[in-house]
This record gives sequence, C-alpha cells and structure tokens, in this order.
Amino acid sequence: MQLTDKHREYWSKNLRLTAVLLAIWFVVTFVVGYLARDVFSFNFFGWPFAFWMGAQGSLVIYVAIIWYYARTMNKMDQEYGVAEVEE
Amino acid sequence: MSSASSQRAFTAQLKKIYIWYTGGFLFFLVALAILEQFGMPRQWIGYIFLLATVLLYAGIGVMSRTSDASEYYVAGRRVPAVFNGMATGADWMSAASFIGMAGTLYLQGYSGLAFIMGWTGGYVLVALFLAPYLRKFGQFTIPDFLGARYGGNTARFVGVLIAILCSFVYVVAQIYGVGLITARLTGLSFEVGVFVGLAGILVCSFLGGMKAVTWTQVAQYIILIVAYMIPVVWLSIKHTGIPIPQLVYGSVLEKVSARETELLDAKTPAGAKEAEVRKMFADRASAAEARLKGLPGSFDSEKATLQKTLDDAKAANAPSDVLASAQKALDSYPKDAAAAKAAWTKDAAVKSRAGPPLKHGEAFPAKDEKARDIARKNFLALIFCLMVGTAALPHILMRYYTTPSVKEARDSVFWSLFFIFLLYFTAPALAVLVKFDIYTLLVGSEFAKLPAWVASWSKVDPSLLSIVDVNKDGIVQLAEIAIGGDIVVLATPEIAGLPYVISGLVAAGGLAAALSTADGLLLTIANALSHDLYYKMINPNASTATRVGVSKAFLLIVALAAAYVASLKVADILFLVSAAFSLAAAGFFPALVLGIFWKRTTSIAAVLGMLAGVSITFYYMATTQPWMRGLFGVTSPIADNMWWDIAPISAGVFGVPLGFAIILIVSLITPAPKREVQELVEHVRYPNIVGDTMNTQGR
Repeated sequence: MQLTDKHREYWSKNLRLTAVLLAIWFVVTFVVGYLARDVFSFNFFGWPFAFWMGAQGSLVIYVAIIWYYARTMNKMDQEYGVAEVEE
Repeated sequence: MSSASSQRAFTAQLKKIYIWYTGGFLFFLVALAILEQFGMPRQWIGYIFLLATVLLYAGIGVMSRTSDASEYYVAGRRVPAVFNGMATGADWMSAASFIGMAGTLYLQGYSGLAFIMGWTGGYVLVALFLAPYLRKFGQFTIPDFLGARYGGNTARFVGVLIAILCSFVYVVAQIYGVGLITARLTGLSFEVGVFVGLAGILVCSFLGGMKAVTWTQVAQYIILIVAYMIPVVWLSIKHTGIPIPQLVYGSVLEKVSARETELLDAKTPAGAKEAEVRKMFADRASAAEARLKGLPGSFDSEKATLQKTLDDAKAANAPSDVLASAQKALDSYPKDAAAAKAAWTKDAAVKSRAGPPLKHGEAFPAKDEKARDIARKNFLALIFCLMVGTAALPHILMRYYTTPSVKEARDSVFWSLFFIFLLYFTAPALAVLVKFDIYTLLVGSEFAKLPAWVASWSKVDPSLLSIVDVNKDGIVQLAEIAIGGDIVVLATPEIAGLPYVISGLVAAGGLAAALSTADGLLLTIANALSHDLYYKMINPNASTATRVGVSKAFLLIVALAAAYVASLKVADILFLVSAAFSLAAAGFFPALVLGIFWKRTTSIAAVLGMLAGVSITFYYMATTQPWMRGLFGVTSPIADNMWWDIAPISAGVFGVPLGFAIILIVSLITPAPKREVQELVEHVRYPNIVGDTMNTQGR
C-alpha cells in the first residue's frame, strides 16, 4: 500500500477539522462551565445563561458538531477518492 | 441484485415494520386507556404491560435467532445508520438515565447538569476519535482492536479484563433496576422481579446475539421515548399552555426562583414557617448528637432518669395519665446501647434537612468562596470523566461495528446522539416543571387536602416521599417534604392528572431502558470471554458453531452471576455505575485514541498505559470512597488521601492523563512498531484506498 500526497492532505485536513471541532466542544463545555458563576449567570429568556447552556444549548451544539463532521468527512471522502465503493 | 440495492430494500422494509410497530403500540395504549375507563383494575394494567412488552422482546429474539458468527456478533454488519442510532440510544440510556436523571436534577439543580452534559458530550469524542476508525477496522470486539494494533495477547488480555470489570458493575445495576421496576409494576417481590426481567433479557440475546439485541433495542427505544414524552408534554400544557416544554420552561424556572427567594426569606410569612421547621430539625439533630457523644454513659444515665421520673410519679401518687406517659417514655427507650446508637444516629441525620433548600438555577452554591471553588472543580472533573468514559465503554463502541460502512458509522453517531438528545434535553424541563408543581401547589396547601398521589406514593415507599406535619400547623412546608429522586419521573403522570395507564407506560419505559442496556452489556462480557479469551487466545481452531455456542453458554453464566449479585442488594450501586465510567475512561481511551492517531505508539507502552490508568483510578477510589475503603480495610483518614479535593466518583481525571503520559513516554524510549502495524494504522485512517489489499474484517 502506497500513500500519495493527496492521501496525506486528506489526513491533515481531517486532523485540522477534528482539532477545530474539539476546541468548540471544549469551550462550550469547560470554559462556559468554569465561568458559569462569574460571567454567564445573566438572564437568558428566563434561564440563567450557564444553566441553559448546560441543559439545552451545549447539547444542541454537540449534535451539530457531529452532524457537521459526518457531512464534511463524507464529502471529503468523495473529493479525495477514498470513499467506499458501493458494491 | 447488488448489495447496495438490497441494502436499500432492507432499509425500506425496516422502516415499514417499525412504523407499523409504533402504530400498533399506540393502538395498544389507547385500547388499554379505554378498558381502564370501563373499570379494569390497576393491577391488571401492570401485568398486561409487563407481559406484553417482555413477550414482544422475546418474540423479536425468536425471530432473529442465529448461529452465524457475523450475525451473532455484529448483526451481519447491515444495520442502517438511523436504526443503529436508535439501538445505541436504548443501549446507552439505562434505568439511571430514564428514572434517575430528572430526579438528580430536581435534587441538585445546576450541579445535576454534569450528567446531562457528560452523557451527551462524550459522543463528540466517539464521533471524532473512534467510531469511523473502529468501523474500518471492522472486527467484533474492542479487545480485537487492541490485539491487532498492539500485536499479541497481552494487550488483548488487559482489554478483556477492563471490559469485564466496567461492564459487570454496570450490568448489576441494570438488573437491580429491572427488579425494582417489575416489583413496582406488578406487586411481585423484588427477587421474582429480577428473574422475570432476566428471562426477558436472556431469551433475546441468547437466541440471536447482536442481531436480536439490535432489533429489540430499536423497539425498546420507541417505547421509552414515548413513555418519557407524554407526561412531560402534558405537564407543560398544564403549567404554560404550550406543549413544547424544552422551549418554554425558562419562564417556569423564573417562577420557581421567585418562590425559592420567598421561602428562603424568614421575613415573609411562608419563609418564617420554613425557618421554624428547619430550626426544629436542627434542634433534634443537635440533641441526638449530644446523646451520641455521651455514649455509652449517656445510655445508662438517661435510662436512670426516666426510671426515676416514673418512680417519683408512682411515689407521689400522680394522676394516671402522668404515670402512663412516664411508663411510655421508659418503654420506648432503646433496649441497649447499640440500639440507642442506631436510633440516635438516625435522629442526628435529620441535620441534612435543617439546611436551607438550594436554589435551582445557581451554579456551585456553597457557603464560601473556597467551597464554591471545590464544587466547581468537581463539577468539571465529573463532566470530564463521564464524557471520556462514554467514549470508552465497550458496549457502545461495539455498536459501530454493525453499520454497513464507515460513512454510515459517522452518520450513525449523529443519529445516536440525536435520539439520546431527545430525552436528555427534556429531563431538565421535567425537573423544573415538577419542582414548580411541588413548590407552588403542594407547599402551602392544607394537610387535610393533600392530592391523592401523595398518599399513594408515600404508602408505596416512604423513602420516595414522606410529608409529616413537623410543626403541627396543618399547612405543608417545603422543609416538611422528604423526597427521593426517582419519584420525579415515576409520579409525573399522576401529578399531571393523567390516567393510570400512563403510569404503567412510564414503568414499562423504565423497564425497556434497563433491559436494553443490560442486553448490550451482557453481550459485551460474553463476547469478551468467548471471542477474545476462548477463540483468539485458547482455541483458534474452534468452528463457528462452537464459538457461538460458547458465547451463549457464557451469556447464561454471566447473567445468572449478575442477577445473583443484584439480588444481594449491594450498597452504593449508583457509585459503582459512575465508577465504571472512570475505569473505562482511564483504561481504554488513551490506548485506543493514540493507537489510531499516533503510529509511533508501541505495544508495551499501550499495555503499561492501560494498566497504570486503571490502577491509579482504582487506587484513588479504594482510598477515598467509604464503601470501597470498607471493602479493602483502608483506615487512614479520607482527607489525607484526597488529591486536590477531587471526589472519588471522578477518579478518572487522574487515570486518563497518566495513561496518556505513560504511553507517550514509553513509546518514545521503545523501538517503533513494525511496518505491518504502521500499515494497519494507515488502513483504518482511510475509508477506502485503491490498491490497499489489507482486510481486517472479522469473520
């Protein structure tokens, strides 16, 4: 098996995407959680913002992260010719 | 017909089957509701629900029976993404999610959100780091991957041990939940309940392995999500007039907060009453503490005092009612010092009810800045452990072996989290709605006019709900209500004023949640023993039929062992469940992720990293968790063993980084892995490479 430059580019693009999405995940979860009391306690449609994030907002973002990753990678598979062939 | 078009036909047929199934299930509900109106007794409704659902699961088991290895271990690898998502949802959501979580949120407010975020955010890690790569690798178990990537039986064996350790404690808790729910639904005893539930689990996984479990889990997901939604939506209409509780409960939370402020303020009439009741609890607790401190001397001296009162009264020829009350005081006095200690310890425990109620929306409530800091640290640490643990539990990762392709594995993680999300983002709304009901409708009402559900639930189990008029004013105060978390979900139909058939449905939903998780876990353990230990390490020449047969035998043994342990009612079962997450996180996550993302990772490093991660996590729990300390005879003070005030439930925050560090360091000082292993890593990274002849698919 021989990897081409295109293959390497696919992989490094994947790594970059993974890193960006992981950073979003980290901020939504841990940064908002850490500052819940000091910064994010303002009222947000009735909820304290940090409470809303923990109960609803972060969950929506997690679902969106996974959806975006699946969509982008499935497209990239086609673009770089590494998609599975439907037998 | 090509396999792509046959897969499409298969998916279309599945859709048809499950739409009919859902329709049939709703029809069944309506029929039961009509029968209830015509006076069918409640007990019957319970029996019908139990019988109908267990027979349904058994029926799917019989229809999906198989002895083909690929069908048995990975459902033939043709489960479409959406259906695998539903199955994963049911596999994932246990009795703790279905029944316990809204209750935890009710009791802990913001702090309870650690479970909501932890048990959903973990799927981001599954999606980004594991699912697509494991699918490309495509064998049967997680130890399979460790064995192939880290060449040899040592890594595989360590993997088997960790998989069994975390899955077994988890399955015991599920079977315990099955017993509880069955007992409540039908009035059978707990032990009988355990074995009835066990029959439902076994007939399904035993006959058809992963194939039967998958299709049953899809059916169970549909039941549990319907059961969870109906009462919440109804309650939301009752309190807000809008049937989408997740969007509108913010306004209810505002009202709850206002009510909390009122009840906490001793200057308002209601607040003053609350303060009075709490003071009575505080006095009772401190009196009991003083007596406890005086033991064993206080036992004799108090008994003597009571005796003397009686004797004096007799000597003075006191009226009969004075005599009787003195006699009664003496008679009800504990028989010996040990009994006195037990009774007074119980009394001292009411101290927990003497504190003010916490404010639902406040993050990290505590008495001072330092305590708040500790609360925050533990909140974040728990989220970390639950998330990484989610991405390391073998019964979940295993599910992504069952999809037809890498692409579908990616999509399937999305559907998994979507279906889990539906329940998880509803739970916080449910907790707030129930809290509103209790804080505004129950608190302040008269004892003479308590709603019917209060009486019926405090009769079922006083630990779930007990309301006692402590200050004898005839009015319910918040401090007079002692509530167990589980009641929030179980009693919601009655609180919302729905017919009994919905209560039966909620119990059936809880049962579906517990059974589906138990199915997945039992299969994981049996596969680790039969596939990894027996087939890969002991007898590689075993025929397919033998392998599946051995797996079924193990399934039976493990199930009976788990039922036996559950029937002992081991204390601290909830701690054990959370411990499973920390152990899985520390054991599997670093070795799996580095195995895919860093070619340089060597075998010896992975083995040492897994062992070190699990050991330090286990060690921390054994020295800081009361039940574990008792088990291992640790006597040094807990405070001396704590690191940075981290609670034992989050011990994984030490195990995961240590696992990563050991693997990194040892890999760098040992020779790089062989060429074939590096090629394996490249192989799993790309869904398909032209000219790649490697085939790792398990057969």
